[in-house]
Amino acid sequence: MVHWDATEKQTITSFWGKVDLAADGEHSLQRLLYVYPWCRRYFHKFGDLSTISAIRKNSHVRAHGHKVLSALGDCVPHLGDIKGHLAQLSKLHCETLHVDPANFCLLGQIITIVLASRFGAAFTPEVQACFEKLVGVTAAGLSSQYH
Amino acid sequence: MVLWDAAEKKVIASVWAKVDIEADGFQALLRTLHVYPWTKRYFSHFGAMSTLKDIESNPKVRAHGRKVMAAVGDAISHMDNIKGHLSQLSQLHSDKLHVDPANFELLGNNIVIVLAVKLGNDAFTPEVQATFQKLVAVISSALTREYH
Repeated sequence: MVHWDATEKQTITSFWGKVDLAADGEHSLQRLLYVYPWCRRYFHKFGDLSTISAIRKNSHVRAHGHKVLSALGDCVPHLGDIKGHLAQLSKLHCETLHVDPANFCLLGQIITIVLASRFGAAFTPEVQACFEKLVGVTAAGLSSQYH
Repeated sequence: MVLWDAAEKKVIASVWAKVDIEADGFQALLRTLHVYPWTKRYFSHFGAMSTLKDIESNPKVRAHGRKVMAAVGDAISHMDNIKGHLSQLSQLHSDKLHVDPANFELLGNNIVIVLAVKLGNDAFTPEVQATFQKLVAVISSALTREYH
């Protein structure tokens, strides 16, 4: 079981309140698809993702980025049992979506970078450490039902 | 051999011109030491680093952050042969410093994060991010090259 101290819980909860799920989610997914192009394989049904311009204009990317960041936000009220909370989503990613779990870490890293660029100096080393722990625990939770 | 197109070279030159070697190098190293605490093992001769406040007020961390960032700048001046340029430093990290090369990526990620914090969303575009992630990956790879 992952332990979160009071400071970590407070940092994550208060910081998450300032995240723009639509804009930050869109930017995170855009950057994932651009910086790690093999990820596009999972989104053939989104249409044209061949250039950064195409990715930026793609409405499916915007919608899906929002969905993914909302799902990360849903983990915040369940910090005490992220693994349990994500069990079904983990099974889905393994059995239906067939996603290589290494990509969860890449997306976590990208979300960290997007938040750093949006919040600037407010993204202090303490905030960064809390967020890297959150995305690490989330990636582990999403991988937990893989077989 | 790593190829850099004209757009990538331009992005690196223009972003690097805004980098403050001392302040940004210090931030990158302090975030690495704080977020990945095992990296403190390599710097036990730096003195107190058990809390973030200790790390922030440690002059050796500041000096070493500057040194590391200056080395990244030197690698940029040799972009067409980063592997050759870093071969001695790679041997040093393997033979004398005994650094686990996985840590080069962690420091590289923190350099990218420090640039994101500094430039903000508008200037730190996906293209800038991709170019710098390529740069830190090439540097990591070159620093690992002479390990045996």
